Amino acid sequence: MTVDTKLPYDQSYIEQFSTERNEPAWMKDLRIQALEKADTLEMPKPDKTNISKWNFGQFKHTAAGETISSLTDLPTEIQDFFDKDNLPENLLIQRNQSVAYATVSKDLKDKGVIFTDIFTALKEHEELVKRYYMKDAVSIDEHRLTALHAALMNGGIFVYVPKNVQIEVPLQVVFWQEDPEASLFNHVLVVADENSSLTYVENYISNNETEETVANIVTEVIAQNNAQISFGAVDNFAAGTTSYVNRRGVAYRDATIDWALGQMNDGNTVFENITHLVGDNSTSNAKAVTVGRGKQNTNMTAKIVHFGKNSEGYILQHGVMKDSASNVFNGIGKIEHGASKSNAEQESRVLMLSEKARGDANPILLIDEDDVTAGHAASVGRVDPLQLYYLMSRGITQQEAERLVIHGFLAPVVNQLPIDSVKAQLTQMIERKVN
Amino acid sequence: MAGSTLEIKNLHVSIEDKEILKGVNLTIKGGEFHAVMGPNGTGKSTLASAIMGHPKYEVTEGSILLDGEDVLEMEVDERARAGLFLAMQYPSEISGVTTSDFLRSSINARRAEGDEIPLMKFIKEMDEALDYLEIDKNMAQRYLNEGFSGGEKKRNEILQLMLLKPEIAILDEIDSGLDIDALKVVSKGINKLRDENFGCLIITHYQRLLNYITPDVVHVMMQGRVVKSGGPELAQRLEAEGYDWIKEELGIEDETVEQNA
Repeated sequence: MTVDTKLPYDQSYIEQFSTERNEPAWMKDLRIQALEKADTLEMPKPDKTNISKWNFGQFKHTAAGETISSLTDLPTEIQDFFDKDNLPENLLIQRNQSVAYATVSKDLKDKGVIFTDIFTALKEHEELVKRYYMKDAVSIDEHRLTALHAALMNGGIFVYVPKNVQIEVPLQVVFWQEDPEASLFNHVLVVADENSSLTYVENYISNNETEETVANIVTEVIAQNNAQISFGAVDNFAAGTTSYVNRRGVAYRDATIDWALGQMNDGNTVFENITHLVGDNSTSNAKAVTVGRGKQNTNMTAKIVHFGKNSEGYILQHGVMKDSASNVFNGIGKIEHGASKSNAEQESRVLMLSEKARGDANPILLIDEDDVTAGHAASVGRVDPLQLYYLMSRGITQQEAERLVIHGFLAPVVNQLPIDSVKAQLTQMIERKVN
Repeated sequence: MAGSTLEIKNLHVSIEDKEILKGVNLTIKGGEFHAVMGPNGTGKSTLASAIMGHPKYEVTEGSILLDGEDVLEMEVDERARAGLFLAMQYPSEISGVTTSDFLRSSINARRAEGDEIPLMKFIKEMDEALDYLEIDKNMAQRYLNEGFSGGEKKRNEILQLMLLKPEIAILDEIDSGLDIDALKVVSKGINKLRDENFGCLIITHYQRLLNYITPDVVHVMMQGRVVKSGGPELAQRLEAEGYDWIKEELGIEDETVEQNA
């Protein structure tokens, strides 16, 4: 055992928690089994980051949030996620662990699209949830944190797009942790059935600068044959939250999962984004950016595993570190035997803005097939003085020149976010963090 | 004479403790076009970089004054806002920053806060300059210099020059790597700026650029100094006869700055 984190909640508590929510029996059983496993499983061991002293044990498990009748009742920082002149048609706001606001267009309802919170989904779409929940993507027993997640899951979203349904308008979710001590064991399950497509964007936000708590997030994204999923996220947990964020995709034949992930947390964070390209001709673009400040430690892993023939995986991770922040990027391209004609590319870059900032980029290619292509690029460095010189030679101040270089460096993800207001929001967050 | 005056006096410049410029004297006034010529390795580009404040070049002696103000005391951005511009031989690539955003930031950097150029006015001016320089309008939305061909980079430098309208511009080998059509377009852009307020220092080792942009004064650099100055006819003689006659005249065997190393 590397860590001796006592489980803060016991079996009777879990049983009661599940009963209060009228969960199906299988869910209650799953929670109890997971709790038992959490007792014996070890903590995850992210490469090159020691998380043994991080707070994964101190938190308040539940906190309800009030509903709102209008988006204008929200604090401005939350309203900024939306275009006020053109409010989102499909929006869900989770306040602490309750749904505060939810709207879905009639069009999507008519087409059979499900876009609801996980507890409602367990009641109204039990079979579908049961079919996918912690089955094909993330397993309960990967390590102690996945088991704890399954045992203590206290929020989340279920999205299901039926066969042949194409959704043009993005689905947007805001997870607002208003209670500074409340934990979030959030489970997002997104399933796109055959020949369907969707765009999903989520934001996490909290304000607990001093109060300590935990976010343990598991996201499972399933793209059935020929489905296309564009998944955008901006995580913005405050300094008091220790985060474990696991986003996992499974892409079947001819399917695509594209990720644009902005990791803007201020607390210590283990962040992993793994996609399994199971089907032939499946594709994933996994793009993530992060900005670290203060004494923050982050470990970010992007991994694409190729099982299907002719599968394409492209990883891009860019990070900016200031103060004495430290970040490790692990980029892993894995091509299994039989995945011929596949292509695994990756690029990880860290830009350091201060003497004490630390960055590490570990490119890893694991290849068990001959007939493939693969490549990697990694760099850790400072802002290029010649770039600054060039920009400044046009009259731009050094501060503004640095700002331009940093924004440019993070642009691959910012520009890919499919909702303009979220893009603007991420730009603002970057601005706040780097200045 | 209207416009600004750039005075370079006894300028000595080193890079990594090796002295490249050994006492350059030059004065450029508004309305004047000066050409600095000379074989490779004689310090021409060092002169350009030192005036702009390139981080690798250290001025060890002498002065640079713009309208009497000490340029060497200014940061790079202050030099630009004071009216200097350098079209670079090897401009940096800035990923993620579009050419258009960069141009707008550069223009606004010279204007007071609250007096930023209106977006429509900017787009109109930029489009006109793009047309004038026969540049594909898509370039404005491409990341600055990223993946640009050599010719595109040079045109982009002149695009910036046209939009920023400096008092004194230094063009560092703006003709290198350009085919004859591109050279004509670039020259057209530079000539458009010609008026009594605009001074220009053109650094080249080919006379051919000077067929399109007629200089008022031609200087020849050797061994890190200006060794000869004259009118446009000097450039023509260099084209016809090369540099050997100057070396003979001045008793120079090796014209590069290496000779004292």
